[in-house]
Amino acid sequence: MAQNVQSGGVSTHEQSELDAAGAENFDAIIARDSRIEPRDWMPEAYRRSLVRQISQHAHSEIIGMQPEANWITRAPSLKRKSILMAKVQDEAGHGLYLYSAAETLGTSRDEMMDALVAGKARYSSIFNYPTPTWADMGAIGWMVDGAAICNQVPLCRASYGPYGRAMVRVCKEESFHQRQGFEILLELANGTPEQKEMAQDAVNRWYAPSLMMFGPPDDDSPNSKQSMAWNIKRFSNDELRSRFVGMMVEQVKVLGLTLPDTQIRFNEATKKWDHAPLDWEEFKEVLAGRGPCNAQRLERRRSAHEEGAWVREAATAYAEKQAAKNAQKVAA
Amino acid sequence: MNEQDKASSTTPAPEPGAHRWPLWEVFVRSNRGLSHVHAGSLHAPDASMALRNARDLYTRRNEGVSIWVVPADAIAASDPDAKGAFFESPQGKDYRHATYYTKSEGVKHL
Ligand SMILES: [Fe+2]
Ligand SMILES: [Fe+2]
Ligand SMILES: [Fe+2]
Repeated sequence: MAQNVQSGGVSTHEQSELDAAGAENFDAIIARDSRIEPRDWMPEAYRRSLVRQISQHAHSEIIGMQPEANWITRAPSLKRKSILMAKVQDEAGHGLYLYSAAETLGTSRDEMMDALVAGKARYSSIFNYPTPTWADMGAIGWMVDGAAICNQVPLCRASYGPYGRAMVRVCKEESFHQRQGFEILLELANGTPEQKEMAQDAVNRWYAPSLMMFGPPDDDSPNSKQSMAWNIKRFSNDELRSRFVGMMVEQVKVLGLTLPDTQIRFNEATKKWDHAPLDWEEFKEVLAGRGPCNAQRLERRRSAHEEGAWVREAATAYAEKQAAKNAQKVAA
Repeated sequence: MNEQDKASSTTPAPEPGAHRWPLWEVFVRSNRGLSHVHAGSLHAPDASMALRNARDLYTRRNEGVSIWVVPADAIAASDPDAKGAFFESPQGKDYRHATYYTKSEGVKHL
């Protein structure tokens, strides 16, 4: 629940005593792997870190609707159109669950929206890549949603209650996303040689960007350690990435396709899946706003927000009018 | 909310005028015979829009047969930090549980 209460009417001395007691309670809750709830005392850095992570996640879901919405009108059958619409609608829902969770930390929805539209907020780099073919809908579902699931399942146990609960809801819905993508690729891979080639091309293009969704390598991920100490994150970026590679390498066989990486092997010494090095310069460029579609994605979000303004205004006006009418009725 | 409650929370208040629409808490009854359970929250200009939005957001897969929306402001909550004091009374009152009574063990249908 999002009840925002203000601290007021206490002296500095009282406040520092309250903080000390709060910190002790917070540490104890984290130590026994229990959950922090919205109105609990929490360190400022914990709050800030969660707002950053949850709002970035929400923005990713919202921006993530675009590469797929792009194909709704051109999906090859009514069935595929319906499926794609349902998926895109789910992503909108995921964004809203997450904005709600972030709001419980005292940051308003409008603040987050404004930051996104103003280009001041980050979102997953993956959604800045183009979707030129129908096979991209398959590759996104299988690989991008697949990587998201890998990342998100452990987040269901995040120490911040509202975030964990939002992730449970999200994860329930994600598995359909991955399966429908897999099916698209499977059908193409068993189609004409041109269709199979199209599927392979999409897998080739989405492979590295989806591996980068897990974030920078552990030795270059400054926030990870603290986030793990707070039980927000449960596994490191590299750990999750390696798990994902292990799953992909098996599943791609069922598709009769290949991954564009000849260095994948199970490392007996580390018990992890190794893969070819990734281009982290590209990752940083895309995150910094210089990816293939960054400008387009933001522009689209901005115009959707502005073009929807009249709907929001009309709804507000209607609500005010109804409230006034009801007040009159009561008075009469 | 009482004063003590306010003082001990660290959640900063949102900036004034930040929410153009009020916040509603959503409760969903998943099946007849079960109670409504908190599902999440959303913003909407009025109750009927809140209900429609809640339907679209929280029941896309038959998750509910009934929805409640409640203005978040209307909910009074206990102080999370007063846990010890506020919930003290059941402490040490094991005799409120059936498991406290062991002498009747082995007696059928009791
Ligand atoms: Fe999603
Ligand atoms: Fe996601
Ligand atoms: Fe998804």
